[in-house]
Amino acid sequence: MVPAAIPITLVVNGRQHALDVRPHHTLLEALRDQMGLTGTKECCSEGECGACTVLLDGRAVTSCLVLAVEAAGAEVVTIEGLAAGGRLDRLQQSFIDAGAVQCGFCIPGMIMAAKYLLMTNPHPSVDEIQNGLAGNLCRCGGYSRIIGAVASAARSER
Amino acid sequence: MQTTWIGRSMARVGGVDRVTGAQLYVADIHVDNVLHVKLVHLNCARARIAGIDTADAARVEGVRCIMTAADLPQPVPRYGPVHRDRPVLAVGETKFFGEPVAAVAAETEDAAASAAALITVDHEELPAVLSVDAALDPAAPLVQDPSLRANDPLAQTNILHEWQFGWGAPGDARADCIIENDYSFPMVTHFAIEPHGFLAAPDPEGVTIWSPIQHPYVLQRVVASALDWPVSRVRVIAPDPGGGFGGKGWPKFEPLMAFLALRTGRPVRLVLTLEETFQQVRRTSARAHVRTGFDLSGRIVFQDIHADFLIGAYADIGGRVVSKAGYAACGPYRTPHARIIARAVLSHTTPSTAFRGFGTPQASWAVESQLNAAAMRLGIDPVEIRLRNIPAKGEAFIPGDTPADGEWDSALRLAAREIGWHEPMPKLRGRGISLGLKSSATASASFALVRLHYDGSASVLSGTSDMGQGARTVLKQIAAQELGIPPERIAVVMGDTSVVPFDSSTSASRSTVFMGNAIVKACRDIKDTLKRMAAETFAVGEDAVTAGNGYIRVGGRELTYEQLLKSHFGPPRGEVIGIGQERNAFVTDHPLGGKPAFWELMCAAAEVEVDPDTGMVQLTRLALVSDVGKALNPQQVEAQDEGAAVMGLGHTFMEQLLLDEHGRIRNLGALDYRIPTIQDVPSSLHSVLIENADGPGPYGAKGAGEGGTLAIAAAVGAAVNQAAGVEIRDLPLTPERVWRAIHIRT
Repeated sequence: MVPAAIPITLVVNGRQHALDVRPHHTLLEALRDQMGLTGTKECCSEGECGACTVLLDGRAVTSCLVLAVEAAGAEVVTIEGLAAGGRLDRLQQSFIDAGAVQCGFCIPGMIMAAKYLLMTNPHPSVDEIQNGLAGNLCRCGGYSRIIGAVASAARSER
Repeated sequence: MQTTWIGRSMARVGGVDRVTGAQLYVADIHVDNVLHVKLVHLNCARARIAGIDTADAARVEGVRCIMTAADLPQPVPRYGPVHRDRPVLAVGETKFFGEPVAAVAAETEDAAASAAALITVDHEELPAVLSVDAALDPAAPLVQDPSLRANDPLAQTNILHEWQFGWGAPGDARADCIIENDYSFPMVTHFAIEPHGFLAAPDPEGVTIWSPIQHPYVLQRVVASALDWPVSRVRVIAPDPGGGFGGKGWPKFEPLMAFLALRTGRPVRLVLTLEETFQQVRRTSARAHVRTGFDLSGRIVFQDIHADFLIGAYADIGGRVVSKAGYAACGPYRTPHARIIARAVLSHTTPSTAFRGFGTPQASWAVESQLNAAAMRLGIDPVEIRLRNIPAKGEAFIPGDTPADGEWDSALRLAAREIGWHEPMPKLRGRGISLGLKSSATASASFALVRLHYDGSASVLSGTSDMGQGARTVLKQIAAQELGIPPERIAVVMGDTSVVPFDSSTSASRSTVFMGNAIVKACRDIKDTLKRMAAETFAVGEDAVTAGNGYIRVGGRELTYEQLLKSHFGPPRGEVIGIGQERNAFVTDHPLGGKPAFWELMCAAAEVEVDPDTGMVQLTRLALVSDVGKALNPQQVEAQDEGAAVMGLGHTFMEQLLLDEHGRIRNLGALDYRIPTIQDVPSSLHSVLIENADGPGPYGAKGAGEGGTLAIAAAVGAAVNQAAGVEIRDLPLTPERVWRAIHIRT
């Protein structure tokens, strides 16, 4: 028996959405499958890899561990919402410049986690960057370029 | 003045799409009218299948197809890149935990999952072969049906193949010092952040498969052979993989997806969970018994290596991993006498496949650790003992094969310097060094098409896959350089067998060399054509025409390509198509089917601090030096070396797949299987490139990108030994293992 859908509204990247979501579906599924926002990635589905990180009411969450119904009334920012008016966020640019992007699959979640870090701590130390991104896995790179990219984005804000 | 695009860290092609979420990976591709697929597998490795009851599942709303082996052509088609041993769905018996016995296709993922859960498989669990010892027991059940290799004398064993390599007379060689040890290397998984995904759809010519495959033309061949079709009826679209590392090299569920698409007449989609991905790809575990003889000055006299690699239930590319690793197992050293026996041992486990380093990390761990042990025994510095054995550039070190193709001694010296090898050692710290050498691509072929368009812009058509190494960027740089056209006027087209010409594979760090050379030749083909066209258009001899840097010069006139093409073609317009190919021929009497085009050499030097109370090892410094010939894009090469090294830290410190007695993976998934995080990287990581332009690729390039995985473990192992006085020969060096070695000395 398929459980009945529940109507919710939420704001994603500044745009109001009204959706009927299944009670067992995650925010990640709603974003990807119902809203067509595939920039947020799915990997481990258990909150360990960070690939699905988005901002939910200003806090970084792994959207695979948030039910869609829990996001009712919330404001969500995904990687697609970061480049305002087509202009890259300083984090996005610094990831490219630092060579921190290889296959790119972890990058949307990595950047959203870094965004939250800089929102809460605009000038983090290397240790603080490592703590802030400890929940985001990358398998292509050596992480040092990611640390450099975040530090550089923080400097450019100074 | 000639602009050079080579040796510049041009920003990654596709970089903006990757930081904005616009990049479409396979799971992001929308196909109308798609059916969602869920696979059914048993909760054990090996079982006899007595019956499959699909009645309840078939009643789930939205279910359109349930496929079992009985629904496939009989006998059930088998596939594989070398051995056609893997059935499209399990026939009669499952061979590993995760082998599908049925597939459901439904209108929604929920319906497919619900139906899959309702399928009951009447089965009897059978004893599974899960280790080398168990597999070699004469009483062990045979993993593979002997009829699959009827003429093979090993068909009645669990040995897929045994290779014997060697030279000199190792049995008669006399050594002053013999080091003899056993080493083990764990079973690890690729853990690309993108789990495997597949789409398939019937098309008017046959079938289209979408797969983030590294080798689209291998996939086309394998799917076509499973269907018993000509390759022309199979179109492979290969979206850029979200990490490959070898795990996406060889076909997995694409043949099954083709049958489902053809059976349902609709597009079908399957995206594996990370757990399911763990069950489908892994690196071979290995154990090696190594006897190495040295003279008193530390020179290697002989190597006697016996290595058993535990491959999985189906061969996949496992045999090739073992043969290539075994062949070059003696490493980058003069070895007067060698005997190498390498066996690929079948087991009821996940089929092992290619994984960055391709068997060499396993061999390097053993052989480089032997050198470190000898250095200690003989009282010779670990750098010095290597310098005494390393071949000079041009010197053959495997008789009759590609000689040393770089100044490898400089890699050792540079790495030692980078890490402060001779600086005073702080308490509880230690330093270690290791080389790693991988045989690159042997017999293989790359074809490239470059189209110079009417407006003077160009498209490069290449069968290479860009899985993060940055192939699109580097191939664009090469075309820009050769044609004299700025990169922003060049498009690199990849990943569609209906568009791009044949390429053997994106593996063995071969693309820059092989595809790069093919593109250089295609660009030169274009310039030759342009010269002929100019001579014809302006009625001069061809020797009066020169081409270069984006211009054609005829006598005193200088024309852009666009001007020449307009003059030549007129209003109907046209284009110039350049064709290039780079091939290393198959050599029947070479043990690997051909000499490697180049050697991939890496030197790693590590400094660690060991906490004797906890066994925790902190990597304080890591230096990497690779001999790349010429770094066409230095940032990309360095980033790959760093990434490969950190991946190597995984099997060095933490990664290992653990199996229970049923052959199930105990640490299945990201919670229990740890890979390095941003908190595990050394505080100091230096990557240095040696560039002597002495490689066979464009501008003297060699391949790169795997080296970091080769040398890390032995460097760290030696550093731990120096810091804590323990010689550990089994990976990974977990805190528990290090603590036990320190405190429970045997």
